[in-house]
Formats: sequence, structure tokens, C-alpha cells
Amino acid sequence: MPIDILMPALSPTMTEGKLAKWLKAQGDKVSAGDAIAEIETDKATMEVEAVDEGVLHQILVAEGTEGVAVNTPIARLVGEGEDVTAGATSPTPMTASAAGEATTAVPPGSAGGVGATPIPAAPVATDDEARFFVSSKQQSVREALRDAMAEEMRRDPTVFVMGEEVAEYQGAYKVTQGLLAEFGSNRVIDTPITEHGFAGLGVGAAFGKLRPVVEFMTFNFAMQAIDQIINSASKTLYMSGGQMGCPIVFRGPNGAAARVAAQHSQCYASWYAHCPGLTVVAPFAAADAKGLLKSAIRDPNPVIFLENEIAYGQSGPVPEDEEFIVPIGRAKILRTGRDVTITAFSLMVGHALKAAEHLASEGIDAEVIDLRTLRPLDVATLVASVAKTNRLVSVEEGWPFAGIGSELSALMMEHAFDHLDAPVVRVTGADVPLPYAANLEKLALPQPEVIVKAAKDVCYRT
Amino acid sequence: MVHLQDFTPFLHFGPVRFLQRTEQATNLSGGTNVATSAQRVSNEDGKISDPAETTEVLLQYYRDMLLIRRFEEKAGQLYGMGLIGGFCHLYIGQEAVVVGVQAALSDRDSVITAYRDHGHMLACGMDSKGVMAELTGRRGGYSKGKGGSMHMFSREKRFFGGHGIVGAQVPLGTGLAFAHKYHGDGGVCACYMGDGAVNQGQVYESFNMAALWKLPVLYIIENNKYGMGTSQERASAGELHQRGSAYGIPGRQVNGMDVTAVRAAAEEWLAFIRNGNGPIILEMMTYRYRGHSMSDPAKYRSKEEVSKVRTESDPIATLRSRILDNGHADEDTLKVIDREIKIIVNDAAEFSQQSEEPDPVELYTDVLLPA
Repeated sequence: MPIDILMPALSPTMTEGKLAKWLKAQGDKVSAGDAIAEIETDKATMEVEAVDEGVLHQILVAEGTEGVAVNTPIARLVGEGEDVTAGATSPTPMTASAAGEATTAVPPGSAGGVGATPIPAAPVATDDEARFFVSSKQQSVREALRDAMAEEMRRDPTVFVMGEEVAEYQGAYKVTQGLLAEFGSNRVIDTPITEHGFAGLGVGAAFGKLRPVVEFMTFNFAMQAIDQIINSASKTLYMSGGQMGCPIVFRGPNGAAARVAAQHSQCYASWYAHCPGLTVVAPFAAADAKGLLKSAIRDPNPVIFLENEIAYGQSGPVPEDEEFIVPIGRAKILRTGRDVTITAFSLMVGHALKAAEHLASEGIDAEVIDLRTLRPLDVATLVASVAKTNRLVSVEEGWPFAGIGSELSALMMEHAFDHLDAPVVRVTGADVPLPYAANLEKLALPQPEVIVKAAKDVCYRT
Repeated sequence: MVHLQDFTPFLHFGPVRFLQRTEQATNLSGGTNVATSAQRVSNEDGKISDPAETTEVLLQYYRDMLLIRRFEEKAGQLYGMGLIGGFCHLYIGQEAVVVGVQAALSDRDSVITAYRDHGHMLACGMDSKGVMAELTGRRGGYSKGKGGSMHMFSREKRFFGGHGIVGAQVPLGTGLAFAHKYHGDGGVCACYMGDGAVNQGQVYESFNMAALWKLPVLYIIENNKYGMGTSQERASAGELHQRGSAYGIPGRQVNGMDVTAVRAAAEEWLAFIRNGNGPIILEMMTYRYRGHSMSDPAKYRSKEEVSKVRTESDPIATLRSRILDNGHADEDTLKVIDREIKIIVNDAAEFSQQSEEPDPVELYTDVLLPA
């Protein structure tokens, strides 16, 4: 049967080209892979290779012809010795397939293909967490995190911890203290200073059915590794059509510590929360640190677990029951109030609570919500709170542009617009690299007084 | 422009050269990483008297390489018809590398590579229909149409991608090797990279950890002479197989146009890796006939250079001649295989056009696994 050779597309954007030269003549024998013609596009000249073997029976488009549309038959190939009785085909483009008929239908339940945002479900009751506090002990965040890892490592032999100084040194911030002694060097692994490498190695291990907990000495250093976190960990499940789950936790301190200046003080919350395929958690209280880290380790997806160096030493009640976990995706109302909602995460939760106390002394009843999980955000709890208080102040340590507060502001426009009595206000870190000098550093980071002022502003109080 | 005369010394496509096994062992215990010419033996008539090379085995190599060749030619054709979009990197010319390595792997081992990956998937036993349907972005593709040419996977066949970022597969493959060691499953990760990838920093971060922790990983550098349009000598100082020497990783150069030489080298060094000795680097000297991707006119090399390799060192033609010359099979037998392959590839092409585009609901699936 004769085979038509079609004008090929030589790039994703080519629609037509010039048939510059025939490299074979009518009657020539052609093998698969032989160059048969040269095609010129506006960008380049390329050779067309035969895919089938046979004899070049007929050239349909003469060399030198310009503007030949893609998929126009340019020649006809027949099998050797084949009798050809069919007439010449007129060179008109053939429709390749239905591939071009892009479907634009949007699945039901999605908020649309553009700027899709989660639709809030009903707020979740947190009573199931509260019951665990009947029996609790006072622990630092540092100890709570260590216990979470130890308990999960006892529970699941595929969980292991790796990072710089996590084993023999007992952790740069002593979060992994004691793990080496209990679990040994096969499961508590000191890495070289090689963030890009060990982040990628961890992702590969997760593809290989392990559950790595990868510690970054701080998230500032994870910028060396961010390609592996985003391109490999967060996207591969999707790109594999659901085959390649990546159960990995990347954890470590995030944001400003004390006087370590710009390269050691960045908050990465909004960077990671931007990315589908990642879960982003940023606890404040010791119990949440433990309960969320246990959830993160059990989660089948990559989780970014943002800790805070200053919070490591702060203590709080932690349930003794090893079954205590905090589900991912659930905010926590720490203080109920009528007049204004203040949201915060990580260290800023402490500042928000201090601000609320001060506001109470001035007769403003603030509701304080610890976001705890940044992606997926507990939009339902936030909307329900704003429906009550009609005002929102978002507090974060990171920069203002495209920050978590910007997202909250947009979400309130979409889901609570009719409830708002004042514009959403963002309290953020100053839009500068964090300075070293003590006075400038303090000016650059959100302080309780600034939160108080923002809350009073949205309440139209002076 | 690289001229042929400058280029020839980098090619080892002449008489088959392979490493003498006894001397390899000596070499390793001595800690020397580079085989000198004295440690190689040349088999001038091109015949290898390896008992592993039965007719059956050689015909299987022929079949496997031909499948990749014909599949890629068909993919190029479908790309030309506008049925395949985006980037499409063809493996034509390099078939002996993946077929030879795969022949030496066991069913415990894992495989990972970058984006010139169609050949690797076929060699791993993935269905040509599913691969081609992924190229056309259809629901019958290995990634349900959501990955495309560069991002395909099969857990079942232990093929872990298909990765689009140059060099990123190297830490990932090292992590797969870490998992093999952790699980104690006896597996090795075959981690492929191109000559372009070897200048990425993360490759050396991986080499260091793999050597430090004696991870079971076989690093395979497919040196096809060009990282996109930049020739190896314009991009890389030194010899690529020596790139692990600072970490004590033995490295060898192998004629990547000779499938039996590739298989022999892979088999040899896999045994070394399985014995707990840590990683190995094999630099496969190979060549790609097509451009870097479909839209690359390959102006950075001469036509003569390409046609010289095609004429003198083509892995499939060379094996075909050997099969015929040594009386393993006759023309008719090979023609039967040719026809079988043609049917398989045509079926794949047909399936890849018949399979529907993904259901729109798939837009939002596979972002996260349910907790």
C-alpha cells in the first residue's frame, strides 16, 4: 500500500515551511532513517527522514516550494516491486487528529481553571484534640519534636532521619537529641554539608518506599535544595499519573532567629505554600509541634515543616498519649473574641496573643487564630471567624508582597466580602533584607504594638 | 563547528575494545580508576567469544534495539504531524547503551534517567502503547497524559523516570540506591545521565554520598558528545569516566555502540557493586543521530560526522552484520523480526491516536495522595 510522506512540523510552533531540497529522486530506494528532503522554517533548515522503507514513487511538492502547510503530503512511498495503480494525491493538508480540539470543560466542584481557590467547608470541631489534654506533661517545643520523631520511628521502621549534625552532634539545635542512641546510625544519618544532594537523595529514597525526615539546619539553606523540593518532590506524583508518591518531611527552623542577619533569617512560608503538591505546616505550641510532626511523618505526600529557633525553648502542655496527633489542615482558635480576628502562625502567634491581651485592656475583644497549617489553609474556620468579627488582621514575619497575608486578603474578598466592615490589614516583616543591628532588626519584625495598632485601625479606634 | 578530524579521537567506535576481566580485578584492588590501553584487549575481527552470546541473546538485543529505533522514528513522524507536542528528545543512535545495561540488570534493580528516556522505558519492558500514548498526551499513557515525553514512570517495571531537570535524576537515583541498601533487597540503581549533566553540582554531591555510604548505584554517563549544541570538549575539562576519582569511585570508558561490550561491562561492575563496594561510573561512548530535540537543526556538527558514525558504527547495523556473518541467523529470520517490530510500533502509534485525551476531571487529580 502506498504511504504518503507528510510535511512535518519541526517545532511546536511551525505551521508551514519551504521544501528546500529533495535529497532523493523518484524511483530511489529509501530505508527507514534516510534523509529524503530538506525543509526550511523561519528558524532553521532540517532534514526529513523516512520512517518506512520502500521506493520513492512520486514527489508531490517540488523543491523550492514555499509555504507548504504542515501535514501536506509531499511524496509517496511504495513497497519495492509494488504495483501502484492509485492516482496522485492532491497536496492538501490532512487533519492529523482530534488532538487540537482542546477540551475546556471544567470538572464539577472545582472553582475554575483560573485562580482556583478552595471552597470553604464547614469549620472543623477541635474537641477531638482537646480530650488528649486530660493527661499531659510540660515540654519544650524541642523535646516535643524529638518525641514525635522517636515515636514515629518506633512505629514504622521505614522512617529515618537525615541531615547535617543530626546524629553524633545531637542536632545543631538539639532537636534530634538521643535519636542516634536509640535508633543507630542506619536510621539517624549525619550528612555532609550538601543540601541539594541530600534533599534529592531523600526524595529518591521516598520514591523507594522509605519515609525520610530530612532536617535542614535552617530553611535558609534549603534554597540550595529547592529544585529537588519543588521539581522532584512536589510534582512527580502528578507527572506520573499518581504512581510516584513521595512521603517525605523537610523540617527545620524558618524565619528570623536573633541577630543573624539577612541570609539566615528569611521566612519561606509563602514560597512553599504557593506550590501545589506540597503541604506546609508551621506550628507554634509544643503540643501542635508534636501532633503535627507525627501527622506529617504519616502523610503520604511531601510536607514542609517550618519550625522556629526562638520557639524551640518555649514550653507548653503536651498530651502523654502517643496516639495524640493534630490533623493537617486545621487552624486553632486560641482565644475567642467578637471584635476583630487576628491570624498568625509560628512565633507570631505569641505576639498576637500578647496584642490581644493588650487590646482587651482597651475594651477590644480580639479572636486569635493559629493557622498551624498554611497549605491546605483552613479557610472555613477563618471565614466563620470573620463572619462574626467582620475584621481581619493577618500577622506574619515574612515579607508583604505575595505573602500569606496577601492570600488571606484575597480569600476574604472571595469568601467573606459581605462580612467585612474594614479592609483586611497585613502586619508583616519590613520589605527589606533583615538587618543585623539590634534596633533595625526590631524595627523590621512585627512587634505586638504594631499588631495592636492594626487591630485598633480596623476597629476604627484610636 | 567541530570538524571530523578533531572529533575522531574521542570516538572509540573502531575495533571492539573491552576490559580484560582479570585485570579489572587487579585494577580495583590497586585503587587505580582508569584502564590504560595496555589493560584493554582489542579484538580486531570484532568477534567476541563470550558464552553469554548465544543466538537467542543476540537476536534479543537486535530486537530490543530495533524496537527503540523504530519507535523513535515513529515518534519523530508523529511529532512532525503535530500529534506530539512540546519537547521530544529521540534516542536514535544510542540504543546499545540501554539495551546492554538492561540485559545485565536483575528484577530487583531500579532504573532512572533524564528526559531522553523513551529507549529506557522500552528496555525496561514498559508497553510501547503506553509510552507512545503518553507522548501524544492521551489517557492511555503511562502518566495518563499528564507527564509527556520527559516525565514517565512505571513502578511495576521499576522505572523511576523520566526527569526534566538536567542532573536532578542523579541524587534521586542515589536515593533509590539508599533505599535498596536500607531495605537490604540486594538491588542496584542504574542511574543514567548525559555528558551534559556531569557538570551539575548535585552530581558530585551524589558521588560523594554514594561513595561515603557505599551505596549500590551504577552511574552511567551516556556520552553522546553533545550537551544540546555544545560539544563535550567545549563543556567538560578532563575525562568524564574519571569524574568520580576524587571520591574513589572507579570509572571506565565503554564502547557504547557495541551492545555486547556494554552488557559485559555492566555485568562485570554490577557484581562489584552488589558485593558492597559502592558505586561505579561507566562512561558509554555513544552518539545521537538526531538533534538534541525535534526542533534542533544540529548546525553544530557536520553531516559527514553524523554519516560517518551511522555508516561505520551503527549499533544495530553492526550487530546485524555480526549475526549474519557468524551464522547466528539468516536474512529471512531478521526480516521476520523487522516485520514484528514494525507491527508493534504501528500498533503503538495507532493506540496513541485512538486513546482519548484525559478526562477534564484529571486536571485536579494526583496532586496529593489521600492521607
